[in-house]
Amino acid sequence: MTETVVFAVCAVGAVASGVMVFVVDSMARATFALLASFVLTGVAILLLGLSYLGVLIILMMVMEMMVMAVFMIMYMMNPAGLMPMTMVHNKVGSLAVSVGVFLLLAAGIVFVPWPERTGGPPADPTLALGEAIMGEHMLVMMLVGLVLFATMVSATVLTTHRGRYDRYGDDLRRGRPDDPIGGGLDR
Amino acid sequence: MILEAYLLLAAALFAVGLFGALSQQSVVMVMMGLELMVNAVIVAAAAFWLYTSPERPDGQVLVLVAVTAMAVEMAMGFAVTTAIFRARDVDMVDMAADLADHSGSGDHGHHGGHGDHKHHGDGGDR
Repeated sequence: MTETVVFAVCAVGAVASGVMVFVVDSMARATFALLASFVLTGVAILLLGLSYLGVLIILMMVMEMMVMAVFMIMYMMNPAGLMPMTMVHNKVGSLAVSVGVFLLLAAGIVFVPWPERTGGPPADPTLALGEAIMGEHMLVMMLVGLVLFATMVSATVLTTHRGRYDRYGDDLRRGRPDDPIGGGLDR
Repeated sequence: MILEAYLLLAAALFAVGLFGALSQQSVVMVMMGLELMVNAVIVAAAAFWLYTSPERPDGQVLVLVAVTAMAVEMAMGFAVTTAIFRARDVDMVDMAADLADHSGSGDHGHHGGHGDHKHHGDGGDR
């Protein structure tokens, strides 16, 4: 009973704050509404018994939204929401598409005969997950690690201010890199 | 609690995120919509794990992959946003429509309610 109430509150709150993201004027407020939505869904996942993954999601989202708030203030014209402004295109069409998608998904959810549960949850789901990613699902973990590393490298390459053509010239034939501040070894 | 309740929550989150990703003009707001959609995948995968085959860890692994996809999406999204803003002073999706098919409409480059781009464009210092 308590679980049902907590789930209902979290679900309604998560969807409501998700809607608030696209309703409020201030971009900083939108970021924190998104954070509220993520935390509430994290609580809903905690209710499923996934204590490790739920806490992981909550912690990750808190940090991610902090970074996002910084980017919001960097890129938005109206970070504080001092003047009301909407930046949307084709609002009616988007609303129709998303409501249609929701109805379609809801119809599938209600009418599809979902399979019966085959076994009980393990005593420690975190242990089961750990054994899985270090055992039969190790390929997933290796790929995830590789993808994260590639993301770090490519994000740095994309955002760096000066590339190799700035440093070594258009044909990359400059002997010494043209840096605003010299550094490194004397060679 | 039943599976359908969790799946309905996931569907609602997905629809809200889809609305944001389709309707917003700011690149960062589009990414917020995408994050909501990935979040819906996380909720659905976790619920499927518990209510259909909790004795196997596959659902949990799927949640882990979705969490990673979310982190990668945000990192690469901000990297691309920064790169295109540096190169061309673009921070709205309508301003980066070079690959759009212009033959049909022809009203591109004239969208109402764009906001004022001059407020934050302090370019020229690069």
